[in-house]
Amino acid sequence: MSHKIIVPIGPYHPLQEEPEYFQLYVEGERVVDIDIIIGYNHRGIEKLSESKHFDQVPFLVERICGICSSSHPYAYVLAVENILGGEATIVPERALYIRTIIDELQRIHSHLLWLGLAGHFIGYNTIWMWAWKYREPVLDCFEMVTGNRNNYAMFKVGGVRRDIKDEDIPVLKKMLDELSPAVDLFRGAIMDDPVIKMRLKGVGVLTRQQVIDWCVVGPTARASGVNIDIRRDDPYGVIERLDWNVILEKEGDIFCKTVVRILELYESISIIRQSLNKIPKGAPIDAEVKDIPAGEGIGRVEAPRGECFHYIKSDGTNRPIRHKIRSPSFMNVASDKVSAVGGTISDATLTLAAVDPCYCCTERVAVIRKTDNHKVMNGWDLIKLSQEKTLRLKEVYYGRPE
Amino acid sequence: MVKGGYTTPEKEMKEIFYYLIFPGFLFSALVGLMAGWIDRKLTARLQWRVGPPWHQNFTDIVKLLGKEVIVPEGARLTFLFSPYLGLVSAILVAASLGRIIISPANSFGADLIVFFYLLSLPAVALIIGASSSRNPLASVGVSREVKLLLAYELPLILSIITVVIKSNGSLQIGSIIQQQMFFGSNIFSFSGALAFLVAIFCMQAKLGLGLFDVAEADQELMCGTLIEYSGLPLAIFKLTKALMLYTVPLFIIVLFLGCSLSPALLIAKYLMLLAIMILIKNTNPRLRIDQVLRFFWRIPTLAAGAAVILAMLGL
Repeated sequence: MSHKIIVPIGPYHPLQEEPEYFQLYVEGERVVDIDIIIGYNHRGIEKLSESKHFDQVPFLVERICGICSSSHPYAYVLAVENILGGEATIVPERALYIRTIIDELQRIHSHLLWLGLAGHFIGYNTIWMWAWKYREPVLDCFEMVTGNRNNYAMFKVGGVRRDIKDEDIPVLKKMLDELSPAVDLFRGAIMDDPVIKMRLKGVGVLTRQQVIDWCVVGPTARASGVNIDIRRDDPYGVIERLDWNVILEKEGDIFCKTVVRILELYESISIIRQSLNKIPKGAPIDAEVKDIPAGEGIGRVEAPRGECFHYIKSDGTNRPIRHKIRSPSFMNVASDKVSAVGGTISDATLTLAAVDPCYCCTERVAVIRKTDNHKVMNGWDLIKLSQEKTLRLKEVYYGRPE
Repeated sequence: MVKGGYTTPEKEMKEIFYYLIFPGFLFSALVGLMAGWIDRKLTARLQWRVGPPWHQNFTDIVKLLGKEVIVPEGARLTFLFSPYLGLVSAILVAASLGRIIISPANSFGADLIVFFYLLSLPAVALIIGASSSRNPLASVGVSREVKLLLAYELPLILSIITVVIKSNGSLQIGSIIQQQMFFGSNIFSFSGALAFLVAIFCMQAKLGLGLFDVAEADQELMCGTLIEYSGLPLAIFKLTKALMLYTVPLFIIVLFLGCSLSPALLIAKYLMLLAIMILIKNTNPRLRIDQVLRFFWRIPTLAAGAAVILAMLGL
């Protein structure tokens, strides 16, 4: 006998910080099906972008996601520079280095953030607090270099907005030196802990074929042995001049996803170190860009969660006439449909979190299926309802209005 | 518990004092809430946080008392009564155990079995209350709580049987204490040490702390069994938890470390057990419920079985 109940995860749930709704269809403890419902937080960024001029859009797109707040502007400026003839042809050397440094610093803070959250989700709050403690110096460095802990406002078409000062470089290097032992600590605490292995091994498995079928990107795909990384496949910044590796794992379970992210921390630390050593001194940090000619351009960046894609169409005026964004979480979250089904509730919650979901990135317009029993209301209807309620209240308290 | 078959008002007042003030409800609630604070503070310090002030747990209870009680549609009576069931049984154990520690002569009948059952009642109360709330998350929590109960009761019983065998088959806590006063604590033998280790894990599960906090799992079930409770009933559940945090370790101490129960040593032993629990809680993730079952029915049950055999051999 099977008795299906729905266990709701969301729209507001301690597991997910953002409004997102997963309906787990559960028999006993086993998840037999899952519905993913998005659209609680849609802000119409693509449309907004069409009303901003090219220099304003980076500030808009970096607010898509507070955590990937350099990947989105980076992908956008790459797309615009693609129309202009390519990043390497117009952006000065020093700016390329600064872009790479900021992008990799962001990866470090994002992976540490996820590591902490993953610890929290398996009920291991010590890992959570420790990961976030070691993330704090990274954010301090961001604040020192860019003026903000998040939303850095560093990227502009043709270069970067702020320089990394010479006196900041030793501070950055010192932070990296102190971060390495901390990452060692996490590697030991997570990769050698038998209880964590019990909890994560063989859970939420995405096979190589499923990754390809569901177009999964980023660390989630690399944990299943799919060798994709935009930094290597479509290099940007100075990344191809530096010595680093793409981290691959085979099994595709949550443990592998964790391992990939921890090992990527080492690669990012190494990339930033090399960039800081090689960065040319005293060079300009931006090129003057006058007009954006008519044309189409794409920009691809390996965000901490996977490929972040921006498409820009310009008609020669000062604003894009079409701006299309495909963020990594939109691709990854859908794969929960195969990876979370079949496990228990405890595993499903972990699996939902293991793709490092970012729902701000995932939001799309929600299409409401209208059936006979439902009444669909738009914003104005709701305002009207609220006005009617106020009127009723007034009647109760003041008597009937004149 | 009145001896001699007659009561006087003075004796009745004494009984009320025992159960409600010392060593009963008030005293054990104070100790339990303070122990809860030690847990929170130590956990916070381990996690580079500051942690709450010492009175935080009391403030929480007082705050909850002033909150609205929301009762879900369904079985109102069971929903509202089950917290009291849990609290009363916890008070009974705390008071009687405290009196026995003060003077082993206060032991009665086969009180070991009574205590064992009374200590399971808070979990049963939680199960009854949560399942009457008709919340799907609570029902998942309930099913986990039941499985948890099934998982740890067997090894706990076996480790208690070890103690019973070692004290010549006595089911009276008073005589178990006296036995240990003569021959040293039960832990100082192979069988006793093994049973003690098993009991520590069972205690962790009984208190729903770290590693075994599956029924409340806030990231999965949003506090599962407690999800529909608010106000006074929630405060009573929290109080019951505090009482259990005081009583269960005390029970373990009496069974395994009972050679000397002077106040200073008792506090030292209690703090040691508390430290062990906090350490296990903070250095381990939460297990899945099937893993909990597998764990308890394999290693601790086998170990406790081995302890029983060792005890029968006189080791």
